[in-house]
Amino acid sequence: MKTVLTINGQQVSLDIDTRVTLLDALRDHLGLYGSKKGCDHGQCGACTVIADGRRINSCLTLAAMHDGETIITVEGLAHGEALSALQQAFLGHDGMQCGYCTPGQLCSATAMLEEARAGRASQVTDDLTTPAPLSRAEITERMSGNLCRCGCYSGIVAAIEEVAAE
Amino acid sequence: MTIDYQIDDPENANLPHPNGHGPLGADMERRDGRDKVTGAARYAAEHAPDGLLHGVLKRASGMGTVCLTNVQEVEALAGVRLVLQDERMIRNAAQGTAGEAPVQGVDTADYIGQPVALVVADSSEIARDAANLLKVQSVGDDLPVLPKHGETDPDMQENSVTGKPQDAFDKAPVLVDATYTTPSLTSAAMEPHAAVAEWDGDRLTLYGSLQMLRYNRAELADCLGIEPDQVRLRAPFVGGGFGSKLGISADCVAAALAARALGRPVRVVQHRRQVFEVNTRRSETRQRIRLASHSDGRLTAIGHEGRVSNLPGEEFAEPLLQASYFNYAAPHRLLRSEMVRLNRPAAGSVRAPGAAVGVTAFEIAMDELAQKTDVDPVELRLRNLPDKEPGNGRPFSSHRLADCLTEGRDRFGWSDRAAQPRQRREGEWWIGTGMAAAVRVNLVMDAEARVRLTPEGRAVVETDMTDIGTGSYTILGQIAAEALGLTVADVDVTLGDTDLPPGSGSGGSVGAASTGTAVWLACAEIRRDIAARMGRKPEDLELEGGDVIVGNDRRPLMDLLSGETLSGHGKLAPGEALEKVRQATWGAVFAEVAVNDITGEARVRRMQGTFAIGRVLNQRTARSQAQGGMVWGLGLALTEAMVHDARDGHVVNRDLAEYNVPVHADVPYLDVCLLDDQDE
Ligand code: FES
Ligand code: FES
Repeated sequence: MKTVLTINGQQVSLDIDTRVTLLDALRDHLGLYGSKKGCDHGQCGACTVIADGRRINSCLTLAAMHDGETIITVEGLAHGEALSALQQAFLGHDGMQCGYCTPGQLCSATAMLEEARAGRASQVTDDLTTPAPLSRAEITERMSGNLCRCGCYSGIVAAIEEVAAE
Repeated sequence: MTIDYQIDDPENANLPHPNGHGPLGADMERRDGRDKVTGAARYAAEHAPDGLLHGVLKRASGMGTVCLTNVQEVEALAGVRLVLQDERMIRNAAQGTAGEAPVQGVDTADYIGQPVALVVADSSEIARDAANLLKVQSVGDDLPVLPKHGETDPDMQENSVTGKPQDAFDKAPVLVDATYTTPSLTSAAMEPHAAVAEWDGDRLTLYGSLQMLRYNRAELADCLGIEPDQVRLRAPFVGGGFGSKLGISADCVAAALAARALGRPVRVVQHRRQVFEVNTRRSETRQRIRLASHSDGRLTAIGHEGRVSNLPGEEFAEPLLQASYFNYAAPHRLLRSEMVRLNRPAAGSVRAPGAAVGVTAFEIAMDELAQKTDVDPVELRLRNLPDKEPGNGRPFSSHRLADCLTEGRDRFGWSDRAAQPRQRREGEWWIGTGMAAAVRVNLVMDAEARVRLTPEGRAVVETDMTDIGTGSYTILGQIAAEALGLTVADVDVTLGDTDLPPGSGSGGSVGAASTGTAVWLACAEIRRDIAARMGRKPEDLELEGGDVIVGNDRRPLMDLLSGETLSGHGKLAPGEALEKVRQATWGAVFAEVAVNDITGEARVRRMQGTFAIGRVLNQRTARSQAQGGMVWGLGLALTEAMVHDARDGHVVNRDLAEYNVPVHADVPYLDVCLLDDQDE
């Protein structure tokens, strides 16, 4: 099936099996291995990419369902050689060990900061009438779809807090 | 030339002497971090040689003799290349450092979930679909899956008695006698096991997700019936291991066999649900702990008796008692463990084997004793610290548990706590505090490394050591930079390739000490060479900022090399020092927990860990490791348990939605303090 996607600013057209997930399209068909497969079941967040501005688990959706959409993967977060503020903060706080969850954490956090800026509420937001400040509890709640078995949560949250405060 | 070194005596030279400004010990950014945050790091499954085919493992859904009833039908499907069932395929992953094939042959299933075949096709979608269509029948008798039905293996027992423990228990003024159980647990590394195999004639190259390549190479060769030098393993990036990738895994062997049979490269990636079954789990345990003490809490006798399980044929028993030989002083000691054989997925090393569940249960018993004797839990531990290893009188290489306990106590603010339970309430939450000591044996293992100093004044470190998130790329570069007077940016580190000298591999916390020392030795050889060129002794030499300094004579290293490359090879062997002194790492962990009075939900609100882990080579990466360990402790205590079906032993919750590893919202900021800890 023919599918056209704009990935990290580049238009690509694919002719693939309808069963191919967005994640497999990125990895196996486009060689963009930055997005990781931790579970293939929407349970770990390692495959998180940003589709039309929304973070999604790319393993849980078929590539063909995203025809015409704009996708940002971890490979698209930096501006050339210049890392994004979040990428830089992850390095500074050592928000990673094995690195396998890292692309998902980064894509998720990038979109999450936008969601918070847009005033979207989370499960732990008490008052739905005013935008919630991005407290530690808000960050951890909003990031809980991204597992890190290495246990780098302290560094990841510190990195997000640093960027959120900027 | 090689510098061979065997650690026969306590090593306290602490070379090199850091002047405090060098790269060693610095708080330094992870060197492979940039590749990880940009998505450039390539893990095992992310290699795609031309002509790649895709394999999916098929699992047994029952135990007994396996019969594949529709192989021809499946092989006839469009895009399907092969249904492989081969006597060389393995039943489960090899145990750590086995160096030989694990149990082979998959025509009988010894546990539910065992791989029984590999389906290979042109795409992963076709292979997955075909594997679903493949029918597996298994016929056999009921096998034991519950500890009460399993037989104790007489060859897998541990039994150590010092003094007269029974007498001491009988006469004890205070006695704690408690039994604890812990469930099976799993590593659940975030990267599923994966292999990409490609043959060139009779030589195999395999990208794998593996922790200990020098052993894995021998294991894979043995599985395939070829020589180790026909196998090249590569694992430049590994997405976590935690013990589950110590030994060669089913995907590797199956991929190699299929690639051979088809004459094309084959990739096999374990599905997350297979990761829970075909690799090794931490055994469930049952532990009886007895503590006899005076009324002031000073121990007179310790009893630790445990039972663990494993699949028949596996020579690994969760080493529950490891720390109980030396954790606390007591004249009388009874340490026993036994193993029952069960047809559940194989048990093996999972992060901190033995200690994670053995020390935890023991520390809970210590809390029971604190309660009974009305002694503060920190004070109780302090009162019972041994000054030599109990029983045999061996000295400790260093023993900083007291410092961990007192430093951690102060940092946490332990003295503010209410000594009795249920004293503090906030809304519907009860707030409590707790602490435990952490003890883990220390080991070193054989390791080799090569270092080259190029004419441009850059160093290249080469070994088959892996970096599974531990920071090997970073600390090995720091060691070479320190030893050769370079900056870390001047050092390239190449890892994870069996064409390079065999490092220790990653497992058992041996990597930094073992491979790190091999790198240091390789640099020492280069320093010797440089000294000889200057007609000096190595100890007269100072290397700094790319210069060589001898007395008042300072010149650029590059001048001295005059276009040549100097090479050093370091080789470390563990020696008698392991016997002469007791080596261990120490820690104390404190937590504040809120428990909901209505729902029973437990939330960890604060956690502090103070550790003495030897010399810290990089503050930043070491802190991350310590935090990771604390998250695992939290998971063990509150969220994780592998559930076996009581009828057939199969793992019920074999995915990340059902097996709950701690998530962001479960974990508070983790305060870590690393004490300076160098052997004197
Ligand atoms: S791989 Fe998509 S959520 Fe785990
Ligand atoms: S860094 Fe290893 S899983 Fe997060």
